[in-house]
Amino acid sequence: MNLATDTGKIRFLLNGAEIALSDVRPDETLLDYLRLRRSLKGTKEGCAEGDCGACTVLVGRPTPEGLVYEGVNACIRFLASVHGCHVVTVEHLKGTDGALHPVQQAMVDFHGSQCGFCTPGFVMSLYALWMRTPEPSVGAIEKALQGNLCRCTGYEAIVKAALAVSSYGMAENDPLAGEREAVSAKLAEIRRGGRVEIGTGNERFVIPANVDDLAAVLAAEPKATIVAGSTDVGLWVTKFMRDIAPVVFIAHLDELSTVTETDGTITIGACVSYTDAFAALSSRIPALGRLIDRIGGDQVRNMGTIGGNVANGSPIGDMPPPLIALGASLTLRKGSERRTIPLEDFFIAYGKQDRQAGEFVEAVHVPLPAEDAFFAAYKVTKRRDEDITAALGAFNVVVENGTVRSARIAYGGMAATPKRALAVEAALVGKAWTLETIEAAMEAYSTDFAPISDMRASAEYRLLAARNLLKRFFLETTGAAHVTVSRERAA
Amino acid sequence: MNTHATPSPKAKAIVGGVATDQRHDSAHKHVTGQAVYIDDMPEPAGLLHGCLGLSTCAHGTIRSVDLSAVHAAPGVVEVLTAADMPASNDISPTHRHDEPVLAEDKVEFYGQAIFAVIAETREQARRACRLAKIDYDEEPFVTDVWDIDRKNGKLVTPPLTLKRGDAAAAIEAAPRRLKGTMRIGGQDHFYLEGHIAMAVPGEDMDVTVYSSTQHPSEIQHMVSHVLGVPSHAVTVEVRRMGGGFGGKETQGNQFAAIAAVAAKRLGRAVKIRPDRDDDMTATGKRHDFVVDYEVGFDDDGNILGVDYLYAARCGYSSDLSGPVTDRALFHCDNAYFYPAVHAQSAPLYTNTVSNTAFRGFGGPQGMVGCERVIEEIAFALGKDPLEIRKRNFYGTSDRNVTPYHQTVEDNIVREIVSELELSADYGPRRDEISHFNARSQYVKRGLALTPVKFGISFTASHFNQAGALVHVYADGSVHLNHGGTEMGQGLYVKISQVVAEEFQIDIGQVKITATTTGKVPNTSATAASSGTDLNGMAAQAAARTIRQRLIDFAAERYQVPTEQIEFLPNRVRVGNQEIAFGDLTQQAYMARVQLSATGFYKTPKVRWDRDKGEGHPFYYFAYGAACAEVSIDTLTGEYMVERVDILHETGRSLNRAIDLGQIEGGFIQGMGWLTTEELVWDDKGRLRTHAPSTYKIPLASDRPKIFNVTLADWPENTEPTIHRSKAVGEPPFMLAMSVLHALSDAVASVADHRICPRLDAPATPERVLMAVERLRKEAAK
Repeated sequence: MNLATDTGKIRFLLNGAEIALSDVRPDETLLDYLRLRRSLKGTKEGCAEGDCGACTVLVGRPTPEGLVYEGVNACIRFLASVHGCHVVTVEHLKGTDGALHPVQQAMVDFHGSQCGFCTPGFVMSLYALWMRTPEPSVGAIEKALQGNLCRCTGYEAIVKAALAVSSYGMAENDPLAGEREAVSAKLAEIRRGGRVEIGTGNERFVIPANVDDLAAVLAAEPKATIVAGSTDVGLWVTKFMRDIAPVVFIAHLDELSTVTETDGTITIGACVSYTDAFAALSSRIPALGRLIDRIGGDQVRNMGTIGGNVANGSPIGDMPPPLIALGASLTLRKGSERRTIPLEDFFIAYGKQDRQAGEFVEAVHVPLPAEDAFFAAYKVTKRRDEDITAALGAFNVVVENGTVRSARIAYGGMAATPKRALAVEAALVGKAWTLETIEAAMEAYSTDFAPISDMRASAEYRLLAARNLLKRFFLETTGAAHVTVSRERAA
Repeated sequence: MNTHATPSPKAKAIVGGVATDQRHDSAHKHVTGQAVYIDDMPEPAGLLHGCLGLSTCAHGTIRSVDLSAVHAAPGVVEVLTAADMPASNDISPTHRHDEPVLAEDKVEFYGQAIFAVIAETREQARRACRLAKIDYDEEPFVTDVWDIDRKNGKLVTPPLTLKRGDAAAAIEAAPRRLKGTMRIGGQDHFYLEGHIAMAVPGEDMDVTVYSSTQHPSEIQHMVSHVLGVPSHAVTVEVRRMGGGFGGKETQGNQFAAIAAVAAKRLGRAVKIRPDRDDDMTATGKRHDFVVDYEVGFDDDGNILGVDYLYAARCGYSSDLSGPVTDRALFHCDNAYFYPAVHAQSAPLYTNTVSNTAFRGFGGPQGMVGCERVIEEIAFALGKDPLEIRKRNFYGTSDRNVTPYHQTVEDNIVREIVSELELSADYGPRRDEISHFNARSQYVKRGLALTPVKFGISFTASHFNQAGALVHVYADGSVHLNHGGTEMGQGLYVKISQVVAEEFQIDIGQVKITATTTGKVPNTSATAASSGTDLNGMAAQAAARTIRQRLIDFAAERYQVPTEQIEFLPNRVRVGNQEIAFGDLTQQAYMARVQLSATGFYKTPKVRWDRDKGEGHPFYYFAYGAACAEVSIDTLTGEYMVERVDILHETGRSLNRAIDLGQIEGGFIQGMGWLTTEELVWDDKGRLRTHAPSTYKIPLASDRPKIFNVTLADWPENTEPTIHRSKAVGEPPFMLAMSVLHALSDAVASVADHRICPRLDAPATPERVLMAVERLRKEAAK
């Protein structure tokens, strides 16, 4: 049997082994597979929602820049979606001589574990960091650990260990570095195998061969659940035990994973992860980069996609407000037909988007802010990092000769959908860019928004903070000092 | 530390004795994923999985329960209800018979377990649970003590009153008086490993339960009680927990009892591991409090009299709410002397999950209430709160009697605070911050230095006992067991150090074994920071018994006086010769010397008369202080902790590395409690913050930007504790009060420090912003 052409199996590498499986359910998580079927018990379940990082494993995937290993949350990653990938668990780190890996030894020496339950997840996140940044700054370490919760240590010992890893060994000597070519070749071979489809009824899923194949699959099964990063759909399964079949997995589709820039517009493929979007966007639109840094943890950013964040239409999705403020548009595809609509028109009501059965989000087109525009996006949360938005404001304002020429302002967390602040915009356009104008415009928020109270924030706070974000934006455009607290640490 | 390096018979010192920085004994297993937690154990063939069916009504009578669809669901083997509990449906830890294993005819909180599904797989059990049809006759409910008459509300357990002097008269006569109210939020433990129990049926009445518990003996008692079998039939074992923090002192009882009942009934092993949402919904948390206070003081800020009412959200049953609210009162003084005091607890009934132990055990809430009073006085007088603190510290020879009539005999709070005030540069930074705030319109900084004095011992005096079992094998290797449990705090390695020290052998020769009720009976919970104090002494006693037998044996065998026998590193000097430890033990074995011993310890001095509110409940006190600086954004309320300096003492530390980890970790956990960790119940009585997506514990990036943690190297315990060390589990938690007060100080700056911000906890960005708004409005009046 030629595995490469057997469309009834998913194939991937697990640590040092090649795996081919036909008995896979579409909603089987990678974590359950590792623990229940492989007895790889080093990977833990802490929350089953991608927030604590105890289940962190590395997934290696081919990219145009070569094989990339990224930390992901095995608890909400579907097993089927690692087809054509290399899964690396904590059990793979120990050397053949039994010696601890540099990351592990540093964690031991700096007393980085107490109860130890979160520790394998931390080790994997620090391993991923060390591979790409052998000598990280404290800021880089904190960013790499945004998706890992520890309840015992207070993190100080872990950060010290992370700072010291490079003195224990260099990444080029790591076993994974040595296997890189062989692994890449094997993954390429698997991915050449074309469409995979397994199961029937509520056990059915398809991994299409390419984007045209995706279009064909959806034409035949318009009600299929489209899964890219599974940072949302994963919870439908682990938390709500919803049946999601049939499922179409799309994260691997190269055609949907590109970021291009043409004539001042950046086009982001639907399957571009936050991590990849950050790499492409942070230099062109720095405010977006800063915002992406505060979405989930590294694991979620490695899995979650811009397209998914838009397509799911959550009122607290973080990308839609800034994209709406920038005047982004959305291309939807059904079969070979495409239509492009303004992003803000996509969000019709809570849980209702302008996406027809069989249609899928193909790309988001983001115009760069005008050269003379002020652009910013501010996210307000209870905890600074890895928290879900209480209120998020995005501002795209052009001031000409002291007068507001144009203003696009959009908010998340303030209504049932991501929403423009049209009354606020109207209160600004044509007015002098002064504190008086801003304070007058702040009155218009209650016209635009009637937010709800929930566990994240009260309605009163949401409205107050949302208003004050406009003031913060104004102050920053005037170059005022000490407008917000700085997270930078002294060197 | 199970390394097999051959012990050197010529070493000058052993590896891993006391007062050395040993690594956590399991560190190498933690980092490789080889440390075995209960869900990682090889599963017995035929293992079944359980899931609890939870109430969707906050308070009501159960009208009907239709479990037919649950029974019919794929994989379901059994569905248990209250009627299926063989002997008793009660797991009330303080024997007030108010906590059913499974609800009978009524439910008293949203999330109370009503039935349990046992199925072939965990997923099948979880899915089946959702198919139940339960109807309720709903009754009015209350979730928040704010909505209750705090003086006259329904209680779950008798309240406590502490009084010394005539507080009412002292307040009445004082030149100045003020009163107020503070809200203090609860806290979920958020141990990374949730609750879990696996029961394996044995022959006769026997069952073995693997439980993630801080209190194996109580699990044993509850399981035997529910099954109706003697304690000897139930063995409970736990090698390690993935965190406990008090959340596994009593809250594992339900899972263990149900798993054991199912296992005995079905003759198959049964495991129950609730998912995170069920764990957070159905198990108790730190108590929320509302503190009403009234204080009389003079113009210098000397407290003359104080009156407190500490009202706690206890939930629907007593659990540990009695001792928790008692401990709140025991710490209503923090480090301050009250010439006259009246303090009362109100352990209030609410339709919420029954709240339970959590690091500090009410002490933190007691102290936070107390520190609010200090702050109020400072604002009333326009003085720095630190000045008020220092003015009211306990004395050493006078002004040293607590509200519970225990004399403070080991007071070092002044020394600790003075040293920290200097090392943290408090005065100059206070000035710098004033200058910064004068220049900065939107970002404001705040600074605070707060002390901690925490009482060590179980206030239930009989818990202050421990046992240990030590075997020395003929080859000289040592098997160590004791009643304490390992939840990450490094108890096992510390006790190993104690035993290694007694025998003068390398710590690698000491094998630490899983805590089990079969080896050491009648143990106390590993709680109240007492694990090392109690079990260390018990293990030392056991080791000393064996050591004495070895001395007696050697004296006889080699005909030397016992004074000429000395334990040197990995060897024993007997007269003029040195014998390797393993050789001596081999000889002793051959001579039929018993090389196994138990050890026992009970804490001296402690006594407590709860009815009188008088006694000596604490063996000693642990001290520390922290200085925190924060920045707040007055547009959104967001903040950063800029710098924290801590000076804490653990007596003569057994292991400074472990102690530092406890201090850092305790501080950050306390900071989470007082800042971003917020529990929210909705209008249905349902907890809405039941997973990390909604409940926000600190991240690495929430650490103070500068974090200087120092162990005071000069104190030693005035009491003869294990090597004169002090407990470290809980006291550092309360160092985080400095962050709350620094936030308050920053808020106060928007009104020139003329108005007390009365910032409640947790001080979320929302609370900070709302406080800023309120102060601005009041200042503008």
